[in-house]
Amino acid sequence: MALVLNEEQQMLKNSAKEFFDGNAPVSALRRLRDEKNADGYDKRVWEEMVQMGWSGLVFPEEYGGLQFGYTGLGQILHESGKTLTASPLISTVALAGTMINEFGSSDQKEQYISAICEGKSLMAVAFEEKNIHKPLAADTIVKDNKLSGTKKFVLDGHIADILLVTAVSESGLGVYIVDARGEGVHVQKHIMMDSRNASTVTFDDAPVIDMIGLPGDGGAIMDKSLDIDRICLSAEMLGGMEEAFTRTMAYLKERKQFGVSIGSFQSLQHRAAHMYCEIELCKSLVIKSLQAIDENADDLAHFASMTKAKVGQIAELVSNEAIQMYGGIGMTDDEEIGFFLKRARVSQQTFGDYNYHLDRYAVLNNY
Amino acid sequence: MSTATQVNIDAFRTETREWLEANCPQSMRTPVKDFKDYFWGGRNPTFHSEDQKIWFERMRDKGWTVPRWKKEYGGAGLSKIEYKVLKEEMEKIGARTPLFSFGIHMLGPALLGFGSEEQKLQYLPEIAKGEMWWCQGYSEPGAGSDLAGLQTSAEDKGDHYLVNGQKVWTSYADYADKIFCLVRTDKNAPKHTGISFLLIDMKSEGVSTKPIKLISGSSPFCETFFDNVKVPKENLVGTENEGWNIAKYLLTHERSMIGNVAKMDKTLDEYAIDSIGIEDSVLADPVNRIKTAQWLIDEAAFNFTLERALDEAKAGSPPGAKSSFFKYYGTEMNKRRYEMMMSTGGFDNLIWGEEYAEGKTPRDFCRTKANSIEGGTSEVQLNIISKHILGLPKK
Repeated sequence: MALVLNEEQQMLKNSAKEFFDGNAPVSALRRLRDEKNADGYDKRVWEEMVQMGWSGLVFPEEYGGLQFGYTGLGQILHESGKTLTASPLISTVALAGTMINEFGSSDQKEQYISAICEGKSLMAVAFEEKNIHKPLAADTIVKDNKLSGTKKFVLDGHIADILLVTAVSESGLGVYIVDARGEGVHVQKHIMMDSRNASTVTFDDAPVIDMIGLPGDGGAIMDKSLDIDRICLSAEMLGGMEEAFTRTMAYLKERKQFGVSIGSFQSLQHRAAHMYCEIELCKSLVIKSLQAIDENADDLAHFASMTKAKVGQIAELVSNEAIQMYGGIGMTDDEEIGFFLKRARVSQQTFGDYNYHLDRYAVLNNY
Repeated sequence: MSTATQVNIDAFRTETREWLEANCPQSMRTPVKDFKDYFWGGRNPTFHSEDQKIWFERMRDKGWTVPRWKKEYGGAGLSKIEYKVLKEEMEKIGARTPLFSFGIHMLGPALLGFGSEEQKLQYLPEIAKGEMWWCQGYSEPGAGSDLAGLQTSAEDKGDHYLVNGQKVWTSYADYADKIFCLVRTDKNAPKHTGISFLLIDMKSEGVSTKPIKLISGSSPFCETFFDNVKVPKENLVGTENEGWNIAKYLLTHERSMIGNVAKMDKTLDEYAIDSIGIEDSVLADPVNRIKTAQWLIDEAAFNFTLERALDEAKAGSPPGAKSSFFKYYGTEMNKRRYEMMMSTGGFDNLIWGEEYAEGKTPRDFCRTKANSIEGGTSEVQLNIISKHILGLPKK
C-alpha cells in the first residue's frame, strides 16, 4: 500500500487538527492541571469527539462504529499529540476497545463496544505490576471468580467504569472484566508528570463479571492488543515531537543573541537538520505500522517494536534538544515547550520504552 | 490505475520475467565481489567472462542498459512503472547490472536535461551501447566542499577552448575514454556564474592521469592534469558560464544514488550470529545484540522513507532538497553498518591480506569512510537541509 494518506484519511486529519487547535490547545491542558481537574481530561471535548464518531472510529458498524481503520485513528492521535490533548483514546478506545473487538465474544462486543462508541463507558486495562513494563508478569490471582492483586500505572483507571484485568489461574494468564466501582476494588489516582492521570488499583476478592477469551489466552490477547496500541501511541508521540520541533525551529529564527538569530549558528543548524531526518524516519514507521494493523499483518509485533523503539528514541532526542535550544526560557513553566518534554517521558514508559522494544525486536528475530 | 493499464503491466511483468529467466546466465545472478568486476564498457571493452559478454549484449539489444531512455538514444523507452517492474524482476533473480557506467548515471541525465539534440544523438547511443567509458571531473585540490571555487580554466580561443588545470577524484580516469568537466570560463564573474560544463577526450594532447592509492588499498580514483589541452567548441554542454546549474542538477542526482543503502549478502544480524554465535537463544554479545537491532530498525525505517518519498512524488509532492537528507542519512547508516561489522566480525575481520578479496570487509570498511565525504560531505548536506528545508537563516 502506498505510504501516503488517502483522501478520506487526509480529510479526517484536517478536521482533527482544526478540532484540537480550536477546542483543546496546550493551554487547555495547563488549565486542567492548574484547576486540579478531578477527571484529568475535558469531558465536554470528549463528548464532542464521541459525537464525531471518533470513539468508534475503528469498530464495526454493527456495534455502532465507523469501521474507518487504525490509519484513521492514528491521524486523530497524531493531531492530538500536537496539542497534547488528554482523552480516553489511548486507554478506552485503542487498548480496551481493541482487545474486546479482537478477542471478545459477539455478546461482549454488543455490550461493551457499543457502549464505547456511544460514549457511555470508559474502560481501562490493568496489567502492569512491576516498576517497569512487564506486561505478562502477573502475580494477581483469580480464584472462584474473585480477583486479588495490585496493578500499577493503570491509565485512566480513575475514570473507568470497567476494568480489564490480567490475572493468573491454574490455566495461566487470562483477561478478566471487573466493575471498577464494584466491591473489592480500590482505585488510587496519581497525577503524573504529564498532568494526565494513572492509578494504582488494588483488588481484594473483587468479583469477576466475565472474561475475554479463555483462561490461558492472556498472553496472546495482551500481545496483539498492546501492539496495536503501541502503534497508536507512537502516532500520538510523532505529533508531539513534530510540534516540539516546529516550535523550536520558529524559536531559532526569532531569538536573537550576538545581534543575529541563533538559528544562523551552524552548531544548532546541524542538530536541527539531523532531527529533521530522524523525524522523517519516524513518520514512515508510523504510517507503515498503522497500515500493517489495517492489513492484519502477521508480523505486527515487528512493526510495533520497531516503531515504539525508534519513535521513543527520537521523542527523547527532540524534546531534549527543544529545551536546550530554547535555553533558559525553556525551563520556565510559562513556556509551553516543557509540556512536550513531560508528555514524551510518560509516553516513553507507556507500553515499553526503547530498551524494552530493542530487546523484543531482537527476540522476535531469534537473536 | 485503470484496469487496462494494470493488465498491460501484468503482461509486461510476465514477459520480462520469462525473458530474464531465459537470457540471464546463472553466473550473472551472483553479486560482484568488487566494482571492478562489473562490465564498464569503453572503446576497448574488457569482459571478465563469456557470460558477462552474453548478458551485456542481450540487455544492450533490448535497450535495457538504459531502459528509460528513448529508443533513438539507445534505450527501450520504458515508462516509469515498466522500469520499476524490470528492476523488481532483475532484483528477484539477483541479476547484475549489465553495464556500470558514469555515462548512464551522470552524463546521461546532464545531456538529457541540458544538451542539444545533436549532442544527445551523438553521445547517448554510445553510452547505452557501452562504447564509451566516461569519468567525472569536478573536484580539484583546492575545490572540494567549496566546489564552485574550482580553478581549471577554459580559455576561449575562437574555434576551441584551451584547458589548463588539475582535477582530482576522477573515478577510473586511467581507464576512461572521455571526461565531463566543470571548468572556469569567466575568471572575473562571481564564482558560481563563470563555470561551464565541457566534454574532453582523454586521448587529447596534454591530458595526463595518475591513480591515487586509497586507505582501502585500491585505486578507483585518479588525479587528472590538463596542460594546454585544445577542446572543440561544440563540446560545451548547455550555455557558457551556466554550467553550475548542470553541476547542481547532477549533484542532486548523485546524492540520490549514493544515498541508497546497498543490499548485502548477509543481513547484519546474520553476520553477527555467524561470527559471535547464539547462547541461551540470544546473541552471545549483549551490547552488539542491541546495537544490531537498532541498526536494522533504522535500516527498515530508512527504506520505508525512500518508499514514502516515491509514493509522495507520485501523489504530486516534489522531493526537492530531500536528496540531501537521503544522502546524509544513507551514507551515515552505511558507515555505521561497517562499524558494526568490524565490531561483530572479530579477529578474522582484521585480516587484510594481499588481495582485495582476502580482506574484503576491512577494506570495504575503509572505503565507507568516503561515503560521507564524496558527493558533498554530511556537513554540506546538513547545511542544505537547514537552509532549504528548515529555512534557518544565514548569518
